[in-house]
Amino acid sequence: MTVNMTKGQAISLEKQGGGTLTSVRMGLGWQAAPRRGLFGSRTREVDLDASAVLFADKQPVDVVFFRHLVSDDGSVRHTGDNLVGGAGQGGDDESILVDLQRVPVHIDQIVFTVNSFTGQTFQEVQNAFCRIVDETNGQELARYTLDGGGQYTAQIMAKVHRAGTGWQMTALGNPANGRTFQDLMPSILPHL
Amino acid sequence: MTAELVRGQNHPLPDTRLEIRVSAGHPVVAGATLCDEQGRMGGAEWIAHPGSPSLPGVEVSQQAAADHRLAVDLGALPPAVHRVSVLLALPAGVGGPARFGAVAAPFVAVTGLDGTEIASYTITGLDRESAVVALELYRRQGAWKVRAMGQGYEGGLAAMLGDQGVERPAELAASILDAVARGLARSVSAPPPRVPDAERVRHTAPVAADHQDAPAVPAADGPIDYAHPRRQPPPEPGPALPPTGYPTPVAGDAGGWSMDERLYNQVWGMFEDLARTTAAYRSACDFAESRLDQELDRALSDPRSRIGGAGDAAREAARAKHDELVARAQEALDRDLAQLAAESEVVEPALPAAFARWDNPVWQAYRVPMEVPMAVRLGDLHLPERTDLRIPMLVRLPLERGLWVDSGRGRSEAAGLLDQAELRRLAMDTAVAHAARLLAVHPPGEFAVHVVDPAGSGAGSLAPLVEAGGLAGPPAAGAAGVSAVLAQLTERVDLIQMAMRAGAPDALPPGMDTAEQLLIVHDFPHGFDDRAVTQLRYLADEGPAVGVHLLMVADREDASAYGPVLDPLWRSLLRLTPVADDHLADPWVGHAWTYEPPMFPPGSGVLRQVLSQVAEARRQWDR
Repeated sequence: MTVNMTKGQAISLEKQGGGTLTSVRMGLGWQAAPRRGLFGSRTREVDLDASAVLFADKQPVDVVFFRHLVSDDGSVRHTGDNLVGGAGQGGDDESILVDLQRVPVHIDQIVFTVNSFTGQTFQEVQNAFCRIVDETNGQELARYTLDGGGQYTAQIMAKVHRAGTGWQMTALGNPANGRTFQDLMPSILPHL
Repeated sequence: MTAELVRGQNHPLPDTRLEIRVSAGHPVVAGATLCDEQGRMGGAEWIAHPGSPSLPGVEVSQQAAADHRLAVDLGALPPAVHRVSVLLALPAGVGGPARFGAVAAPFVAVTGLDGTEIASYTITGLDRESAVVALELYRRQGAWKVRAMGQGYEGGLAAMLGDQGVERPAELAASILDAVARGLARSVSAPPPRVPDAERVRHTAPVAADHQDAPAVPAADGPIDYAHPRRQPPPEPGPALPPTGYPTPVAGDAGGWSMDERLYNQVWGMFEDLARTTAAYRSACDFAESRLDQELDRALSDPRSRIGGAGDAAREAARAKHDELVARAQEALDRDLAQLAAESEVVEPALPAAFARWDNPVWQAYRVPMEVPMAVRLGDLHLPERTDLRIPMLVRLPLERGLWVDSGRGRSEAAGLLDQAELRRLAMDTAVAHAARLLAVHPPGEFAVHVVDPAGSGAGSLAPLVEAGGLAGPPAAGAAGVSAVLAQLTERVDLIQMAMRAGAPDALPPGMDTAEQLLIVHDFPHGFDDRAVTQLRYLADEGPAVGVHLLMVADREDASAYGPVLDPLWRSLLRLTPVADDHLADPWVGHAWTYEPPMFPPGSGVLRQVLSQVAEARRQWDR
């Protein structure tokens, strides 16, 4: 069952029934919003980028984004940059796969962010969402809708962090501004 | 096709003349009630039960039985009737079970007159109920449909009849049960236990076969199986796998069109996994180290810690944190390395000759191949974390860049232990091993080896190649020999390039062979003049694209007189060493991997044996 998450809500990624999650995927999907006015059917291409920053004890250790698609340890993989968003509904345009079992032991938090590389604010995208999927069975665990309308170019989506022996996910949904994840670092740090 | 209904599901009925079959595994009473459009019952004459089994359009059995066949003719029903409910009840007062939970789940099927099942429904989830509305046939917009009901009543027949709208349900229930009891008394014996017949299992999934073995009717006082009789119970959540319980690795467990391709991909997968798993370990250790440093600094700089044991305690705590993290990282590393080692153990023996070590038995059974393999093994790679876990170093064929066996000391320890002459001899041996392997994995006539050995100092190492006749010509000696060979190959590259650029490969001279060429250059730059050096650089740059490859055996120091002019030449070659040396980086993380050259087992004649076969195949091919 999908949980529609709200800001600051934490959900545990422990599976019902005792087993732990082994592999999750963060999916990001969006469409460019049609421009209003004359020639209103034209859309401008919007390039959103999903990134994952790996933290060990509040220090960034590694990052997975469109220029570094696989974390050095191989546990976090970005499936590739999408420059234009999705034409259809519902599909993920960019995905970051996290193999939770293989995340190095010192990594205790993974923060997922979304940036608008082309500089449009989220007012200009439609149907943007971020979701966490149990990759072993394709089940959607959580979904966060990027509510359009904000004058923001970035959002700190969620963090996956260790809790006990398993992992927990917290939705952050914090708006920010920046072109890539580097610009977001000051905004990320308070959430660790 | 039978529709297997679940509770609440409906299904259209194709015909008005039907049979409803009930199998309960235990004697049950079957009845039917009729209702009009508003759900009202017209009166007692709208109930078919053992006491009055026949109504227009519906007929039920007079007795309690484990199996019933109710004949229904929907067209013959009074026009006011819009709903027919099929009821089942356990006969009370005859010593049988008093609740459906104690018997097998009743099964009802709607069939056509020819016996084909239209819809079936297994009434599961019953427990204390002793009466149940099994099915409902109803008229919707002139068409009849069936709906699976499964509505049970703890209050038994009376409660069910009351719910159906019968006046004085208790009296009617009593009369029905009375009639049933009389019927049972007349009957000879209780029906035999239901045997699951072929009919029942005909349409079911293969799991039904498992259920056939189980007793169809559990003992009334025995444990009750609440599971759906035709559905496999969910697999027991097995005990958590022990840490070593990862799937056993299998050779060829990767994508690809052929076994060789799958093995090639698997080897690269192992290479990447080892690189990444080691990166995870190293980064965890580095992090633990840096955190320890920070915490020790903090403990030292805190003025409060100078008094009392607080500082010592803080240092102890920091060290404990460090050790704990490193221990966990080590555990994860050991787990991954064990898995990779197990994989290596199955993959290594399965490798074809081109990918295999020289001590692999596949070389003893060597046959000259008929096609060029996709890659060739140039040696082994390993990391200091586990030196016995060797990853084959496979490079694609045709070679994209030349090879350089470094006969210089370099910075490696192993090379420092040997004297210069010994190292040079080893380098030439290694080069011969590479050349022999390249020769052996190509079909006859598709690979030619030339040697430039100006001073003749490599003759000892070249002996196996020369004696077996593996070379295209005798090793070129002296400055004249060098320029002749280089001129020949340069001309060849030039010609092929021209032909390719003109799009006319068939315009090449008729006598030209199409084989890939490998030039072993020994003792560079002795015997090379400036023109020869320039030609060599031309071959290194332009050769690989047209099938002319270099295998340099050289010490970079010897050519230092040329200055930086030759740097691009060295950089364009893949540097290999005659002894183990950690100079190769992987493409993912950039670890320094220790390269080990291919070694022949001591005293092995495999090289000569393979080369003689190659020479024999070449002679036959020439003919």
